[in-house]
Amino acid sequence: MKRKSLSMLAAAGLSAALVLSGCGRASDSSSGGSGEITMWTHSAGNPGELAVYQQIISDFNASQSKYKIVQQNFPQGSYNEAITSAAAARKLPCLLDMDGPVMPNWAWAGYLQPLGLPDDLIGSLLPTTVGRYKDTVYSAGYWDAALSILARKSVLAKNNIRIPTVDEPWTLDEFDAAVATLKSSYRTPLDLGAADKGEWWSYAYSPMLQSTGGDLIDRGTMKSADGALNGPDAVKFFTWFQQAFRNGWADNAGPVGNQRFIDDKVALSYTGVWNAKDALQSVGDDLLILPPVDFGKGPKIGGGSWQWGISAGCKNADGARAYLKFSFQDKYLTAFADSQVVIPATAAAAKASKYFGDAAALRQFAVLSQKFALARPATPGYPVISSTFEKAAKDIMSGAEVKSTLDTAVKAIDTDISSQNGYGF
Amino acid sequence: MSRRWIYLAMTGLAVFFLFPLVFMFVSSLKPDGQILSDVGGWRAFLPVGDISFRNYAGVFERVPVGRFLLNSLLVTTVIVGAGLVINSMAGFAISRMRWTGRRVVLSVVIATLIVPFETIAVPMVYWVSQLPTLLFQNGRLVYDFGWLDTYEVQIIPFIANGFSVFLFAQYFSTIPAAIDEAARIDGAGWFTIYRKIAVPLSGPAFATVAILTFLPAWNQYLWPSMVVQDENLRPVMVGMQYFFQDTTAWGEIMAYTSMITLPVLVVFLAFQRAFVSSVAASGVKG
Amino acid sequence: MIRADLRSERRAGWAMTAPAVLLLLAFLIVPVILGFVLSFTNARLISPEPTSFTGFDNFVRAFTADPTFFRSLLNTFAFAAVVVPVQAGFGLVLAILVNQKIRGAVAFRVIFFIPVVTSIVVVSILWKFLYQPDGLINSFIDTISFGAWHGMAWLNDPGTALTAIIVLSVWQAVGFHMLIWLSGLQTIPEELYEAARIDGAGSWRQFRDVTWPCLRPTRVFVLITITIAALGLFVQIDVMTQGGPVDSTSTLVYHAVRMGYRQQQIGYGSALSLVFFVLVLIVALVQRYLTRDEA
Repeated sequence: MKRKSLSMLAAAGLSAALVLSGCGRASDSSSGGSGEITMWTHSAGNPGELAVYQQIISDFNASQSKYKIVQQNFPQGSYNEAITSAAAARKLPCLLDMDGPVMPNWAWAGYLQPLGLPDDLIGSLLPTTVGRYKDTVYSAGYWDAALSILARKSVLAKNNIRIPTVDEPWTLDEFDAAVATLKSSYRTPLDLGAADKGEWWSYAYSPMLQSTGGDLIDRGTMKSADGALNGPDAVKFFTWFQQAFRNGWADNAGPVGNQRFIDDKVALSYTGVWNAKDALQSVGDDLLILPPVDFGKGPKIGGGSWQWGISAGCKNADGARAYLKFSFQDKYLTAFADSQVVIPATAAAAKASKYFGDAAALRQFAVLSQKFALARPATPGYPVISSTFEKAAKDIMSGAEVKSTLDTAVKAIDTDISSQNGYGF
Repeated sequence: MSRRWIYLAMTGLAVFFLFPLVFMFVSSLKPDGQILSDVGGWRAFLPVGDISFRNYAGVFERVPVGRFLLNSLLVTTVIVGAGLVINSMAGFAISRMRWTGRRVVLSVVIATLIVPFETIAVPMVYWVSQLPTLLFQNGRLVYDFGWLDTYEVQIIPFIANGFSVFLFAQYFSTIPAAIDEAARIDGAGWFTIYRKIAVPLSGPAFATVAILTFLPAWNQYLWPSMVVQDENLRPVMVGMQYFFQDTTAWGEIMAYTSMITLPVLVVFLAFQRAFVSSVAASGVKG
Repeated sequence: MIRADLRSERRAGWAMTAPAVLLLLAFLIVPVILGFVLSFTNARLISPEPTSFTGFDNFVRAFTADPTFFRSLLNTFAFAAVVVPVQAGFGLVLAILVNQKIRGAVAFRVIFFIPVVTSIVVVSILWKFLYQPDGLINSFIDTISFGAWHGMAWLNDPGTALTAIIVLSVWQAVGFHMLIWLSGLQTIPEELYEAARIDGAGSWRQFRDVTWPCLRPTRVFVLITITIAALGLFVQIDVMTQGGPVDSTSTLVYHAVRMGYRQQQIGYGSALSLVFFVLVLIVALVQRYLTRDEA
């Protein structure tokens, strides 16, 4: 690559003196033969999650003497920055976690190697917790998240609104009517979470688009967003989306989170399982965990959360694999689920969880995930698709003309895809 | 203008300049839910309701505050200290000595002011990741490539500063040239003149540059989050990211920002008199 | 003797400038040159595809096929066009106020400067709270207008978002320029004012005939520093609006970072940065030209 050779050349000039002076090159110790395996998480600032990792690591390190896991934690907000820089410097750790939809981009760029975990282990996991790119498994996660619409039983009853079920979710007309009714008693009846930024937008709203019949990209070819993101279905969905804000049903007032539902300032909150515990504590038995709205093609929610992979340059891939295999024990999955309030990846771990067990309070989220979860498109072009989608959706929310905004987004995505020779598809 | 009106205007302005910071500190004493429900009224400024230092305790559980403060202190001190020496020397040479090339150097130095760091951050990562470095390994001096994940990478690129050079050059040019000539006749070298004459006369300029380089160094954010991997080397501003989890810990953010703003305020309050008189004395010119 | 002296002066001059110049070369000029080269390529942050030179493609794309670029250009200059005079003028007013010989002037001076020492990231987070539809600024407006005018979502309305960012940017930075003006004011000899008073000049005439002309050098400095800072607007946008709503707060630097870094198109992002440098350089040279006899 050009940029490489340029800076290499300059650096070579600077270092020539060192070499000539007979100074030896440092031996590589970053993921070297000593059996040390470096591992990066995005979990800095999350003591609950880190405690589980520490437990796994100390158990693993004690269970054998060949390998030693060394952990490094990054805050989520700047994790991708750190990975990109480390990849540029060829200093990636052996084990790294990543947000599911980003995986194909990293696999395509050559950051990752196939995961190589036993088939029966992979087979026991929820499909959306396994990251596949071109039929090869590159990543797997301990949990998945799920979205739902939170509501209060009492509020729906008072307004004569039917409580939807997994088998009979709200249709769009029903939902529109319900929100319109609730609008009379709430200034803003619906919280769609639009104050958030980044990946949330694709995670939360592209399933609604899919439920209407559109998509982020044509998943058959992965070569164009034309028709999927700007076809009649997409226009229909985004027109609805724009109306929801224009009618005052929803707004993008901050801050991010579920506080407005807890304070009963909104009646319906489209939010994630991670906010359910607080809601449960303050709303109690009155809390409803409702399935997403059926926009026409059945309800959909996003699948695929943080997952683990092994870097291509890892010199101790066997050790990394041994660690991952060790870490996928049900007791650890349950521990993650109960500390983070996320859906465990195996049925056995879910059974043992205090939130997701058979009769447990948040069981419904596991059901929603199983029934409705759809992964985001597994293409290396995803980061550009996602950031383009976010911008288009935000612009539409703020009043931009729907069709032309979507056409612009499609053009940006398609230009990007062709500039990368179709991302290998 | 009558005195009463001046006071009234100044008090109004003081409220305008302080209210967000009062909000920050008051909020740091409240639980998240209350911050959000108080936000629209006067209660936002008042330490009422459920007041405690719990957020501060929470901060310490989440972030290694002491370590981060220490790192920032180290990085900032070296940037400011080394910057004072290097930039003042350059400013001295540019403003007080005649040598071919000084006009070109001055133009280049001034031109660097128009480059916002964000626009060169990415090329910079590629560049520093290729630079050679020296280190001790098994008792032997060896070299390696890549500055990522070190203190150097947070410090060295920020020592030289075009704005500082410019300010020093401005200030030094106000010292009468006759002093140099007298010293030259006495046989003093240029470095001696710089060290024994120019520097002692320029305390205010040093104070100004110190404060002006302290602030950006302390607030470094984008760069360390790109190049620092080891938690033990992270500076304070990167710690902000720790609070933006699935649910944002607003109270702890307010507590943390109060904590990392406090040292800067203390430094400023301690130096403000010298600073203001120094800006005045440095007679900034275009 | 003289020649040897000149030679030693030249050598010493280079030697004393060398550390700063070398560091600036290594950590500013070199990355700028790398960016310059990248801007003529299709380089990506993450890609196994080979990078190749594409001539002026990136620049053609910016000027023909990227409406956000034009909007960003417009916003950047609109921001600077408002912030430069407002911040400079407000700073001067503050400086004149705290320059009064009254008790407590120093305390006020410190208070006005406090936002400057607060990190802009922190400031942006705080103001985002204040600008909420049910936030403090709205309830304040509500109160002083006795409920006649209800607040609005300042940052969510394309018509008000940039103004909202201008207000907080001025709030944060004006203290610094207050100090610069103050330093200029304090260098004006008191005798000039006395002479003016003897001539019967009131406050306004004293300002017009003494203060303003004497502040000439300070004026140029204030003008140039505010302009450069304003054109580089980034953090506030990144934290508060991410360029929205509908590009109404996107700036050149923000757009360059979004394309080059977040969208991984570093070649294109570098080209946008290069366009930015050239524009700022032109503005700086024009300012320099317009103020040439003031310098």
